[in-house]
Amino acid sequence: MESPSDLEKDLECMRVYFRSGATREASWRKQQLKGLLAFLKENEGDIMKALKQDLGKHYAEAYRDEVGTLIKSLNFALQSLKRWMSPKKAELPLMALLSTAEVIPEPLGLILVFSSWNFPIGLSLEPLIGAIAAGNTVVLKPSDLSPACSSLLANTLRSYLDNRAVKVIQGGAAVGEKLLQERWDKIFFTGSTQVGRIVMSAAAKHLTPVILELGGKCPAVLDSLSWNWDREASIKRILVGKFGTCAGQACITIDYVLVEKESLSTVVEMMKEIIGKMFGENPRESNSIARIVNKSHFLRLKNLVDDPAVKASIVHGGKMDEDNLFIEPTILVDPPLESEIMTEEIFGPLLPIITLEKIEESMEFIKSRPKPLAIYVFTRSKTLERRILSETSSGSVTFNDAIVQYAADTIPFGGVGKSGIGRYHGNYSFEAFSHEKAVLRRSFFTDFWFRYPPWNDHKLQLFKTAYNFDYLGMLLVILGLKRIKASHMV
Amino acid sequence: MVEELRGSFASGKTRSYEWRASQLKGIIKLADEHEQEIVQALRSDLSKPEMEAYVQEIGMLKNSCTVTLKELKHWMTPEKVKTSLITYPSSAEIVSEPLGVVLVISAWNYPFLLSLDPVIGAIAAGNAVVLKPSEISPATSSLLAKLVGEYLDSSAIRVVEGAVAETSALLEQKWDKICYTGNGKVARIVMAAAAKHLTPLLLELGGKCPVVVDSDTNLQVTSRRIIAGKWGCNNGQACISPDYILTTKDFAPKLVDSLKQELETCYGKNQLESKDLSRIVNSNHYTRLIKLLDDEKVAGKIVHGGEKKETELRIAPTILLDVPRDSLIMSEEIFGPLLPIITVDKVEDSFEIINSGTKPLAAYLFTNNKKLKKQFVMSISAGGVVVNDTTLHLAVHTLPFGGVGESGMGAYHGKFSFDAFCHKKAVVYRGFFGDAAIRYPPYTRGKLRLLKAIMGGGIFGIIRALFGWS
Repeated sequence: MESPSDLEKDLECMRVYFRSGATREASWRKQQLKGLLAFLKENEGDIMKALKQDLGKHYAEAYRDEVGTLIKSLNFALQSLKRWMSPKKAELPLMALLSTAEVIPEPLGLILVFSSWNFPIGLSLEPLIGAIAAGNTVVLKPSDLSPACSSLLANTLRSYLDNRAVKVIQGGAAVGEKLLQERWDKIFFTGSTQVGRIVMSAAAKHLTPVILELGGKCPAVLDSLSWNWDREASIKRILVGKFGTCAGQACITIDYVLVEKESLSTVVEMMKEIIGKMFGENPRESNSIARIVNKSHFLRLKNLVDDPAVKASIVHGGKMDEDNLFIEPTILVDPPLESEIMTEEIFGPLLPIITLEKIEESMEFIKSRPKPLAIYVFTRSKTLERRILSETSSGSVTFNDAIVQYAADTIPFGGVGKSGIGRYHGNYSFEAFSHEKAVLRRSFFTDFWFRYPPWNDHKLQLFKTAYNFDYLGMLLVILGLKRIKASHMV
Repeated sequence: MVEELRGSFASGKTRSYEWRASQLKGIIKLADEHEQEIVQALRSDLSKPEMEAYVQEIGMLKNSCTVTLKELKHWMTPEKVKTSLITYPSSAEIVSEPLGVVLVISAWNYPFLLSLDPVIGAIAAGNAVVLKPSEISPATSSLLAKLVGEYLDSSAIRVVEGAVAETSALLEQKWDKICYTGNGKVARIVMAAAAKHLTPLLLELGGKCPVVVDSDTNLQVTSRRIIAGKWGCNNGQACISPDYILTTKDFAPKLVDSLKQELETCYGKNQLESKDLSRIVNSNHYTRLIKLLDDEKVAGKIVHGGEKKETELRIAPTILLDVPRDSLIMSEEIFGPLLPIITVDKVEDSFEIINSGTKPLAAYLFTNNKKLKKQFVMSISAGGVVVNDTTLHLAVHTLPFGGVGESGMGAYHGKFSFDAFCHKKAVVYRGFFGDAAIRYPPYTRGKLRLLKAIMGGGIFGIIRALFGWS
């Protein structure tokens, strides 16, 4: 890693390059986005290898969650770029007369993107797409906990992008801290709530706006469903959303499930059966589940179930292989609510099921906890749908499925409260890295003479009518035919 | 107190359209029925001329409320959005939900407007609000406390008066959003406090708003509009007031003459005593401004005004010509009735000067030259840009009002106020059918082909994959 003064020099060069206007051209932006597409297509093999190395991700998962979604986002961005870049006309009140008003998006300047280790390619490049589409220069710092992906990005991206405008800087916390000392025009951070606070505090020194994509305990509310088909589809989606998505190490994974006591045994039975179908008798051999990213997180997860009360609540799985950093899909029923597994974000393949007397209690349960990034509800009841929507708050709500909201281009992806600040994806990615500049153009004509001092009663009356868009009234006052309640002019 | 407000918010009462509309109507009523008291308070705090008090504070606020009331139902409706093949079959919408309990810290220069305008947005979005008006405008602060208590629902809307100590205490609490209007120094303190709770912010700050005057312009209208934006806005104590002028060496004398002439038309010969000008808010700011004039780097540069009366905290409209760029007056936001003019050789040179500083809240250009207009709009980064006028964009509620960089983050006014105090929750509805086995392990080659085809879009790719042809 470069010394501080080298870093400053590099950043200054990037700022100068930005000021030259090169990154503002639509052609430059298109070229960079196409470059990213080429990077993904030409290096698919290496990307998959790196993801396998860092996280043991299966090709299908890696394509579905990272490479595939990036390609989709890039195509969407290329298609939408012209529309994004064009000014938006704003309606003018009649009083303005002979003026035009519009909002013009402009790039912010130099952006810092911190990405995370669980979707190291996806979470690095998705914000990059937005920042580049918006015409900025970017510094990307991938997570050092996914070193293969981090060096792939650092070494290979450079052949596909304009190196004067996009830099990848590798490193850990120390590098992150150094970067946070510099002045940025925006900081985009994906990671834990704890580090999110550090990022925002550092940003406060320069009044740098931030986007924080954090996490939380995303609950799944599983209503009692009378149709077997519904139940099976729901459980499949819950299981894939947990164990099939980086082994539960995802910000939008299902952290825990809420069910009615009555349905518990059916649900657990079905889960066991479907886990068997999806991952076979020996899940580790299936190669369909990612492994835990490193020893420290492995031990953290092991610690969660070391608590005897928690251990006793395991009804399926529980086997942990420290050498291979593998934990098999594990289901727990009603671990104590004060235990760490129910107070901290799990971020691993442990799925607690919490039973309630009635499913409506989920509202209170969720509300009494910090706002999560996502809430999932599996139900056919319109009443339950309405209640969840209006009584709980979360980044997003998905009915009858999980994780898919990540792939949508038309809805914002972001948290609220402790789960984050700001949003991106689709159009929102472009907006996230733009400044919407208000532009008002006036002509020299139509100047209202009563806009200028010296002030008197007459002018005041005129203004009162103008402000109420009462043009007839205004005319009458000008003609001296109408008088508004007199005020006291000193 | 925050706990109490959380309780009110949790009860759900602030979420109904009826509650929000009733509060907004309450604000209009409050402004209508106490117009004179408000004008009096503004006169006491700032010697603000009644016209300015009415037009720029009361009028604007009532307008803001009226627009909000008119559109509120529409804004509150969830926005349906399209969904793509990837999540087929599904439907999606974006629901605007209130954040919870928000804190609005307001400023002293437009103490009525800048207190209640953000509160309008917070209420419209369904939040509970605490308003902390500035102690530097005490008459307005206590009037607000009284009127808000009388006209609005105190179980959800409160005013907390006080100075640094009270503000610091408020900042220690956990809020769901903080809106701060003021300067960059305090903004950093607000953001650092907000970081502890990961509270999102709306910061409306300031900056040195430049005015570029081209020789190819309608000189009289230009001068009048500069005067309206500078001295006609609280005597230059406004965040979007023209701070300094940039013009060519040749044109500067003409501009100065025109300004002098128009100033006399507006404020008469004795501009120091004119009742149509606000005074300086307090002795701290008075001393600060005098220091800018006493700076030896600007000695002899005063071409108009310069008169002052300490006992009445008055400074006459003052113009300085050819100030050096490293003078005190050019190093910080002036926020007063002093207008320095910087001269350049070519008008285009002014762009670089502006861009070498921090991004201001607003930038203004007066010219007839189409090319210059285009260049200015494209290359000057500011919160907002106005061509051939000053400050008016504030009154257009369909334009977002906010800064960038040092001049702030976020925007409000009109629908932007509503959006600023909402969480836009993404909602996706899926059915139980349309379940693609390709999503689930065990992963096979066939599934993978189909997955790739679907994600790549294109119906033919999908058909081919289904038939095993890709």
